[in-house]
Amino acid sequence: MTVGPQFRRVARFVSPADRGFAAVVYGGSILFALLIVGLFVELVLGSWPSIVAFGPSFIWKSSWDPITSKFGALPMIFGTVMTSLIAIVLAAFIGIMAAVFLADFAPRWLGQPLSFLIELLAAVPSVVYGLWGLFVLAPFMRTTIGPALQHVLGWMPLFSGPIYGVGLLTGGIILALMIVPTVTAISRDVLVAIPRDLREASMALGSTKWETAIRVVLPAARVGVFGACVLALGRALGETIAVTMVIGNRPEISASLFAPSYTLASVIANEFTEATTSIYTSALIELGLILFLVSMAVNALARFMIWSVRGSERV
Amino acid sequence: MIRSLRRCCFSLAVVAAMTLPAAAATQLTGAGSSFDYPFFSKAFYIYNQKNPDITVNYQSIGSGGGIAQFTARNVDFGATDVPMNAGELARAPGPVLQIPVTLGGAAIAYNLPGVSAPIRLTRAVLADIYLGTILKWNDPQIAKLNKSVNLPDMAIIVVHRSDGSGTSYIFTDFLSHVSAEWKSKVGTGKSVSWPAPSSVGAKGTEGVAGQVKSTPGAIGYVEMAYVVENHMQAATLENKAGKWIDCTPETVAAAAASKPEVSATNFSIVDSSAAGGYPISGYSWVVVYKKPEARAKELYNVLSWLVGSQGQENAKSVDYVPLPRNVQGAAAATLRQMQR
Repeated sequence: MTVGPQFRRVARFVSPADRGFAAVVYGGSILFALLIVGLFVELVLGSWPSIVAFGPSFIWKSSWDPITSKFGALPMIFGTVMTSLIAIVLAAFIGIMAAVFLADFAPRWLGQPLSFLIELLAAVPSVVYGLWGLFVLAPFMRTTIGPALQHVLGWMPLFSGPIYGVGLLTGGIILALMIVPTVTAISRDVLVAIPRDLREASMALGSTKWETAIRVVLPAARVGVFGACVLALGRALGETIAVTMVIGNRPEISASLFAPSYTLASVIANEFTEATTSIYTSALIELGLILFLVSMAVNALARFMIWSVRGSERV
Repeated sequence: MIRSLRRCCFSLAVVAAMTLPAAAATQLTGAGSSFDYPFFSKAFYIYNQKNPDITVNYQSIGSGGGIAQFTARNVDFGATDVPMNAGELARAPGPVLQIPVTLGGAAIAYNLPGVSAPIRLTRAVLADIYLGTILKWNDPQIAKLNKSVNLPDMAIIVVHRSDGSGTSYIFTDFLSHVSAEWKSKVGTGKSVSWPAPSSVGAKGTEGVAGQVKSTPGAIGYVEMAYVVENHMQAATLENKAGKWIDCTPETVAAAAASKPEVSATNFSIVDSSAAGGYPISGYSWVVVYKKPEARAKELYNVLSWLVGSQGQENAKSVDYVPLPRNVQGAAAATLRQMQR
C-alpha cells in the first residue's frame, strides 16, 4: 500500500496526536507482516530435518508410513485441493444466487431475517458441522445421494467404485456448507452497494428484473463477488476438524469422488499429538509448510485474476 | 480519583488475603495420554476430597505431548500409553521411573444388519480382515466359525483410528503377534499405514464407534470402556488357549494377571496364553523422575495411592480395568525407588 499524495502533503503539519495515530496504524501493519514472515521461518526451521531427509520428492511421493518413516505428501495435497475445489464450485453457485435474491428480490420482511440466519451459519463451530456430517450427511450420502449420482453418472470414473458415505465428495459438501455464509454475506453487501442508477437505467432500457440482476448488477459487482469467493476458499483450504470427521482419512489418490481421502490439515490434527520421533514431527510440520504455500499460491492466483478483471475494464 | 484508587488497592488486598491460604496447598501437574483422562480426573478428584491440601492438575494432551512436557520438566509427571523407549529416556534430563497405572482393552465392534447373535472370530481371521485378504462377510473362513449365523454377502469395511492412539498401538501389537505377514508388512505403532483396500480412518474412539454404527458391513476396534458404556455389540475372539472370550474388565484383567513381571521394557500382554485372558489388551503408564526437583513427597503419596487398591477402585467405576493385585505390588515397588 502506498500513501496517497494528499496525505503526504498534510503529513508535515501534523499534531502529536496524528503522529501517534500514524505510529499505531504503521505498527499494526508491520506487526502483521512480521507475523507472516515469522510463521514462515518457524515452519521452515521445524520442517528442516524432513526437507533434508526427503528432499523435493516429499511433494510427489504418496506413501505415509510412520513405522518405517517413509513420508510423502501427494495424497494430502490432492485431497486438500479437491475438497476445496468441490466446496468452492458448490458454494459459489449457491452463495451468489442467494446473494442476488437477498439484494434485489427478497421483500424486506424476508430479506432481513434471512440474511441474519445465513450469517448465523458462519458462527456454528466446525465440530458441530463435523458431527452432523458423520451422523447425518455420511449415511445419507451412502444410501441416497451416492447411489443416485452413480445411477446417472456411474460411467464416469469420478462417480465409480464403492460408496462408503465418508470420502472426498462428503468432505467437499461439508466445506461448501461452511463457506456459503461467507460467499453470501459479502456478495450481498457488494451487490447492495451497486448504485441504483445502474438498475434504473437497465430497467428503462426494457430489461426485466432478472436480466437487470444477472446481466447488469452482477457483472458490475464481479470483483467484489470474486473477492468473497477467494476469502471463502481460504477458509476451505485450512478447515480441519469437520473435514477430518467425514473424509475417511486414507492417504490415497483415487479417481472416484466417493473414495476416502485425506487433507493436509487433517493429518496434522490427527497425528501431531502422538508423533514421537523427530523426523515424524518434522514431516508433519512440512505438511503445514506445504499448506501455507498452497494457500499462498491460491491467494496469489486469485489476486492475479482480480487484477486481470479490473484491468480489462479500466476501473 | 484518589478515592477510587484507594478502594481499588483495598479490594486487591482482600483478594490477595483470600487467595494466600489456598496458595499454601500443593498443586501437582501432569500431562499426557487422553486414554487415562477419565480415570485420572475421577481418581484425583477423590484424592483431593480426602487430602484437601493437594490438588492434581492433569492435562490430556496426548502421550507424545506428555512425554515432551515431562522431558522439559514442565510437569511433575507424564502419562503415556506406551512406555518411553531408550531414545526418549536418553533425552530425559534424569533417570526415569515408569509405572503401570491402568489397563485397557480393545473390543471388536461390527455392524451386520439382521445378525443378532454375537459373531466369533479367530485371531488369524481378524488379522486377514485387517490385511485385506478376507473381503466379504460371507467368506468361508468366517462362515466356518459362525455356522448358526446367516452372514450377508456384504463387503467388509475396515475402520481404524486416524489419530495417533494407544488403542491403535495395542491393536497393531496384537496383529503383529498373531500374523507374521502383518509384522513384516505393517508393524506396530500408534499410527500405521493400513493395508486393507476398504479401510476408513475415523478420529477418536467416538469417531470409530460412530463410523461402525452408521456403516453396514463395518468392523472396528473400540476402547472397552466405550463399548461397555454404550452397550455396543462386540465380537467374541478365540484366544491363544483356544477359548472363546468376550472383551470384559475381567478377561482383560486375567490377561494382565498372567504376567506379573511387567516392566517398561517388557510390557506387552497381547495374545496372552492365560485361559481366561482377552487377547487385545495393554497397560497405560505414568512416568516420573527418580529424583524429582520439587514436591517429591506429595508426588510419591499421590501415585502410591493411585496404584494401590484404593486408587484402583476408581478405575472400576469409570469402566476401566483395575491393575491385578500382583501388578499393584510391582508398581508400588518401582515407585519406592523414588527419592523423597
